[in-house]
Amino acid sequence: MTRTRAKSKPNITARRANDGVRFTTADLEKIAERVLKFSDAEETEVEISSTTDALTRFANNMIHQNVAEHTLHISVRAVVDGRTARAATNKTDDESLRRVTAAAARLAKNQPEYPDLLPMLGPQKHKRVPRFFPATAAATPQDRARAVTRVCKMAEKNKQTAAGIFSTGEVQSVLANSKELFASYEETDAEFSVTILESNSSGWAKANSPDVREIKPDALAASASLKAADSRSPRELPPGHYTAILEPSAVLDLVGFLFYDFAGTAVLDKRSCFNDRMGKKIFGDNITLWDDVYHPLQAGAPYDGEGFPRQEVLLVDRGVPKNLIYARATAKKMKTKPTGHGFALPNEYGEAPMNLVFAGGDKSVNDMIRSTERGILVTRLWYIREVDPYAKILTGMTRDGTFLVENGRVAGGIRNFRFNQSILEMLSNVEMLGPAVRAAGEESFEMVVPAMKVCNFHFSEVTKF
Amino acid sequence: MMQDWANWGIETAKLRGATYADARVMDIRQRDISTKNGEVGTLAESETLGIGIRVLAGGAWGFASTDRLTREGVQACAAEAVAIAKASALAKREDVALAPEQAYVDTWQNPFLKDPFRIPVERQIDLLLAADKEMRRVKGVTLAEGAMSFRCIDQLFVSSIGASIHQLKMQSGAGIVATSFADGEIQKRSYPNSFGGQHTLEGYELIESLDLVGNARRTGEEAVALHSAAQCPEGTSTIILGASQLSLQIHESIGHPIELDRVLGQEANFAGMSFLTVEKLRKLKYGSEIVNVVADARLAHGPGLGTFAYDDEGVPAQCTPIITNGLFTGYLSNRETAAAIGETRSNGTMRTESWNRLPIIRMTNISLNPGTWKYDDLIADTDDAILMETNRSWSIDDRRYHFQFSTEIGWEIKNGKKTRMIKNPSYSGITTEFWNSCDAICSRDYWTLWGTPNCGKGQPMQTMGTGHGASPARFQNIKVGVAFAK
Repeated sequence: MTRTRAKSKPNITARRANDGVRFTTADLEKIAERVLKFSDAEETEVEISSTTDALTRFANNMIHQNVAEHTLHISVRAVVDGRTARAATNKTDDESLRRVTAAAARLAKNQPEYPDLLPMLGPQKHKRVPRFFPATAAATPQDRARAVTRVCKMAEKNKQTAAGIFSTGEVQSVLANSKELFASYEETDAEFSVTILESNSSGWAKANSPDVREIKPDALAASASLKAADSRSPRELPPGHYTAILEPSAVLDLVGFLFYDFAGTAVLDKRSCFNDRMGKKIFGDNITLWDDVYHPLQAGAPYDGEGFPRQEVLLVDRGVPKNLIYARATAKKMKTKPTGHGFALPNEYGEAPMNLVFAGGDKSVNDMIRSTERGILVTRLWYIREVDPYAKILTGMTRDGTFLVENGRVAGGIRNFRFNQSILEMLSNVEMLGPAVRAAGEESFEMVVPAMKVCNFHFSEVTKF
Repeated sequence: MMQDWANWGIETAKLRGATYADARVMDIRQRDISTKNGEVGTLAESETLGIGIRVLAGGAWGFASTDRLTREGVQACAAEAVAIAKASALAKREDVALAPEQAYVDTWQNPFLKDPFRIPVERQIDLLLAADKEMRRVKGVTLAEGAMSFRCIDQLFVSSIGASIHQLKMQSGAGIVATSFADGEIQKRSYPNSFGGQHTLEGYELIESLDLVGNARRTGEEAVALHSAAQCPEGTSTIILGASQLSLQIHESIGHPIELDRVLGQEANFAGMSFLTVEKLRKLKYGSEIVNVVADARLAHGPGLGTFAYDDEGVPAQCTPIITNGLFTGYLSNRETAAAIGETRSNGTMRTESWNRLPIIRMTNISLNPGTWKYDDLIADTDDAILMETNRSWSIDDRRYHFQFSTEIGWEIKNGKKTRMIKNPSYSGITTEFWNSCDAICSRDYWTLWGTPNCGKGQPMQTMGTGHGASPARFQNIKVGVAFAK
């Protein structure tokens, strides 16, 4: 969908007529042209996104919140005398667009020179990543309500209580600048998340996809229901070091805390856990990961905040951190090439990999359970926070389906644990890996990660349920 | 125009079959500035204007929002809200009932002395860069950061029962951070608080009162000194918490569990539920007898991030006793949940992040009332303890029982004196056991109304600012050091 403006006029086919509420990509391009026309800055960049999101929320076996939003975001960056700043609005009249471009230029003028500022990019070539599914964009409140009603009825039939969300949405965005860079991207998103509760137990499941047809609410609810039933009357185990079988959502929410450490800027700022560790073996042989926006299970635009094409980057190869990712300015400082991971300028964080993909294995969660004499099966983690940024110790809780595994079988539910665990140590202690899947959690954006069986995982305290 | 937009929305909703409707028009302006190691990081201004329309139709809720503020756009938004409500009714158990409320017509603005948007941006940048320079004068500081943010919210609430409430709120905030990487360890110190500093419902006078430059050198020196400090021991100890750390303890272990939507299961899938089930109201001994906590949104409580005249459901700001002499006495409610537990009125805690979000129950200013101790007397009265200051990490389970906090810095208290510095302090416990172990709270002279600008809740996620007044306090028999235990 992305292309250069210099070679050809955009060939946008609107998927629907402008319905008075939503903007099409063609609408956004016209707004961008007006912004660029109104600006008298040396260089001007405009990023515009139009978002339509709808979310149906249920609890106590009924819908209790049900919302839709249509938002527009017009963000203008101006460059004046080697200085840059940004201003944003959601108003599209001429006066507002003139005001926002003038505000960006005024802010830019009134600051010290920006020593790392590079000229804006000219036209770029971006790979196509088709992630817009009309079925998702066409989903209605009735569609979502019908699926939720089935789930609530299933819960009632099982004498359980269901809570969760079913959301669908779409976003169209364009990025253009006064040096004739033009890029556009659109994607849809659907998500279903469900917690099934009993009096002293709970289970959870969640899935996320650009294509709503890939979301199976009934199957997800059935899985959560089974976990709630299987973890009834949880027993309390003493805290300690256990073998942990982490389902993909739990893995995602832990390894997600590593993502910013791979930024070149984080290393320059000496706040990355990879400072003094690049090229050294710090994880197990079975840990390989890369960043790849083009992976079929990934989402997101194929260009970064400046319009630079995203590259596929090998980050860790068989336990050894090999590469970082770089925005253009960071790459210049570190005497390397940009990788297309920069945030919109100006910012102090530089860049981050937003599309992590782990190499998986061939073991199922059941294989992991069968091979475990005594361990803990974890469905989901909660409220994870960083305790030590260099040792990369994280704390958090288990939640909604924590089980004791004994002699190769699930032996019942247990009370939830708090953990304090170094992720560096955890990724050195992985005994088995499942196939990498698109996982959805609550602490990290979606990534492609496997289930893991990890030895010596530190569950430090236990709570009361 | 705000009144016209709101009226178009309400009228269309009623015509389409809504039995109740309210509309919020919000015009929000924001300025964000950050610096890092002598350079400007973020420099941005934004504005956003739109309308959110909430309706009851068929006995169920619907909400839609738009920034297309033409008559056609607003009417389409209202019609969509009604259509969504009718879809909600497909999965309802009973009709939504609301506690009664009067229709208020009013205008209110929080007092402030200096409009931060009229202060030249170069002056604001210069202040941050001056503090940055002071921090980097300290050998061993490897990263110096500073940030300021300002937010002006101009909003109109109109409802189908006749309410029309115009409020304008001005928020300011700033903070600095020094980080030191050495010997395989990262240590940091923040001033006046971590995670963004101090934020209040005030103008630029807040920033001038903080004296960022005057505190920058010490902030850097402490970050570097932490490398050679003693590790926090593991075991059971008396602890004294500084006011800003205690404010976050209040937020997590009192503020969230008293949210009635959590208690009633409405947040079960994401934010979680609460151990404070309804039979515990006016029965549970939440804390020791010196623990008194209020939820107070009134301006009389102070210029907190939870201060307003009316909530986003048109209910006036109130002061609700939450813990009274240790006894659990109140929840945070809205009109729907108040009715659900038989209360006669909402205590006014519905708040929304912006025009495109549904108002939900949020903390206002949840504050621990001051005690009687002078700070020096409290230290002198303590034989053996760890004083912990400035939050570094926080985590609590989804029913708000078990928590673990760590702070940036600690100090050993021995025989009534503050002695050596402690690094990597952490403590953990169970909420009610913790608050029942409180045996001393400092007086109003040491009480600060801290702002927490980053409280996340709801689906779609909303970020809200909350206020928490606290003064330093002492707690007995607390587990310490578990975060770093091997």
